Amino acid sequence: MSDTEQFPASIYGPTERRMAESMVEIENQMLEAAEEEECDCKDGMFNGVTRRGLLMGGVALGGSALAGSRAMADAPPGAIEYYVQPDPTKEQGRLILDDGGYGSRSQFENEVRWRYPTASLDSSWSMTPLASGQGIMTPSGLHFERHHGGIPTIDPATHELILHGMVDRPMRFTMDDLKRLPAVSKIHFIECSGNGLTEWAKPTLKTVQGTHGLTSTSEWTGVRLSTLLEMAGVQDSAAWILAEGADAAVMTRSVPIDKAMDDAIVAYAQNGEALRPEQGYPLRLLLPGYEGNTHIKWLRRLDVSDKPFMTREETSKYTDLMPDGTARQFSLDMEAKSVITFPSGAMKLPRAGFYEVSGIAWSGRGKITRVEVSADGGATWQEAALDGPVLSKCHTRFRLPWTWTGEEAVLQSRAVDETGYIQPTLEQLVEVRGLKSVYHLNAIQSWHIAPDGEVTNVHA
Amino acid sequence: MFTRNLTIICAMGALSGALAGPALAQDDARTAAALPETLEETGERAPAKVPESSSETVGDIAPADNDYGIGQPATEDEIAAIDIDVMPDGRGLPEGSGTYAEGEELYETICAACHGSDMMGISELGAPQLIGGRGTLASDKPVKTVESYWPYASTFFDYTHRAMPMTTPGSLTTDEVYAISAYVLGKAGITGTEPDAMLDAASMATVEMPNADGFVEDPRPDVGE
Repeated sequence: MSDTEQFPASIYGPTERRMAESMVEIENQMLEAAEEEECDCKDGMFNGVTRRGLLMGGVALGGSALAGSRAMADAPPGAIEYYVQPDPTKEQGRLILDDGGYGSRSQFENEVRWRYPTASLDSSWSMTPLASGQGIMTPSGLHFERHHGGIPTIDPATHELILHGMVDRPMRFTMDDLKRLPAVSKIHFIECSGNGLTEWAKPTLKTVQGTHGLTSTSEWTGVRLSTLLEMAGVQDSAAWILAEGADAAVMTRSVPIDKAMDDAIVAYAQNGEALRPEQGYPLRLLLPGYEGNTHIKWLRRLDVSDKPFMTREETSKYTDLMPDGTARQFSLDMEAKSVITFPSGAMKLPRAGFYEVSGIAWSGRGKITRVEVSADGGATWQEAALDGPVLSKCHTRFRLPWTWTGEEAVLQSRAVDETGYIQPTLEQLVEVRGLKSVYHLNAIQSWHIAPDGEVTNVHA
Repeated sequence: MFTRNLTIICAMGALSGALAGPALAQDDARTAAALPETLEETGERAPAKVPESSSETVGDIAPADNDYGIGQPATEDEIAAIDIDVMPDGRGLPEGSGTYAEGEELYETICAACHGSDMMGISELGAPQLIGGRGTLASDKPVKTVESYWPYASTFFDYTHRAMPMTTPGSLTTDEVYAISAYVLGKAGITGTEPDAMLDAASMATVEMPNADGFVEDPRPDVGE
């Protein structure tokens, strides 16, 4: 089929190509289903995910077992379907603790992560629904996922972290040990460096969840890695540290020791409670601003060394092939990036008039200092307001009032960070890097508004 | 395409047998936490227990010197039990050896189902091509394989040992990984193809991969300033 040409083997490996093709296919089916079906959850502006869409997503997600249970359930995931009172002022509401003491969301809310349908269920990712996101925090249940060997189920009572290598005192920590040590809580984004990999050559996915959904922000709590390293006594020869997970991929990445001593966190909590299993329960590494793959989940071992270990994920993967055939390695910082989440792809503006353009900006090198918005494809720019406090290496919400005249428009946002770095255009990126580098796409995103209000993903 | 995906997903499900699912009467260990206990008199939920240090003896507590009396020394045995990483200079390569001929037999039994007898990969299963593609990286149609792209043989050993095969990860003995390495690298024209061409810790560390010099340090920011 023509999709093969859409994702040529010259740029995408077989796995990436299959992922990209399947994503396009499933997104199309979900959007078609949304159009066909009259649904209460469609409020005119947003393309709500319909029951049928959920079913399809469910099938892709977990095979027949999950689809079966979803078909029987009448409420979206994470919700319980309660009787809807005709007039809630005329009868008592439901009893407290009906939810068992751990709440659920409204049965009228249906946002879900969306799976990148890889060929193998053991290696997959799911994306955050940014279009409906508010503020800067990502609900834990909507934080994007990337797994290389499935999600392990680990009892924290038996989980341990071993720290060894070029240290004076190799150490072993239980989860209880780690929770007794001085802790920090920090709000940081994590972005997969594959975020946007379908968008290099031409606009491909339709929604902002598809184009940008591999970034999420949470508050992370844990022990500073420097605390553990100082307890163990790092030797002068140390330059790198290997982090290793306890999943089936036994995922490993090498991290510069300076980063480990700077702001790295060995995190056991997310958004005020224990990590979600898919986020590394009971323990993950957090490397603020670094590409997501390095934030090793289910962390079990740290090995200090003088050289990088050259693991599979930092050689054959997560490296960017340049036009001359060389590949860039250890591209660890996620560079400044922004995207307008409202309005965004596959929405339809019902009429001309006032809209607040809103989106998120972030940089792996520090704070966002400015976001500008263009409604004419980059010809003119206006500075957007940033919701404070603006945090380092964290999603930052920007807003700009905008009156749509009803004429064709192209909305773009451009972020600047505290290093002075300005988010580039796709053209600028491609000019330097060509079209063979899959990762680290941080170009300006364009949303085309047609006179009928349709919003589409375009390269402008 | 969609139906085909489902077929493949089902095939993968069957292939991997028991994808981890809900716990079905695991009686050897706990499978979930109990609800918090209830305090007498008021009936409040009891707070979580204060975490205990695994240190058996409380040492000198001197937080300013990073001494909290928390955690334990890791013994050599404890480290050796999970320290499986291998580095390009050969550090970490375990004892053992394997030959091209042994590797061929193992590959056909264990690896070929996903990567193909010809090592060209089976994209429907997400299994990449292992050999070929040499000299294509600068072209418009680069083919990234172990042979054409991977800079170090140690990475092949390390990854195969820790994460392959997908259905039973971490199940290969070190001898088996040496043998499979000898066969795949032999087929790639990097090491010998005689049946008794052998790889062990010493020889593995000297293998030169074709793309060893193909990687450059991150030069970013390359645009945007």
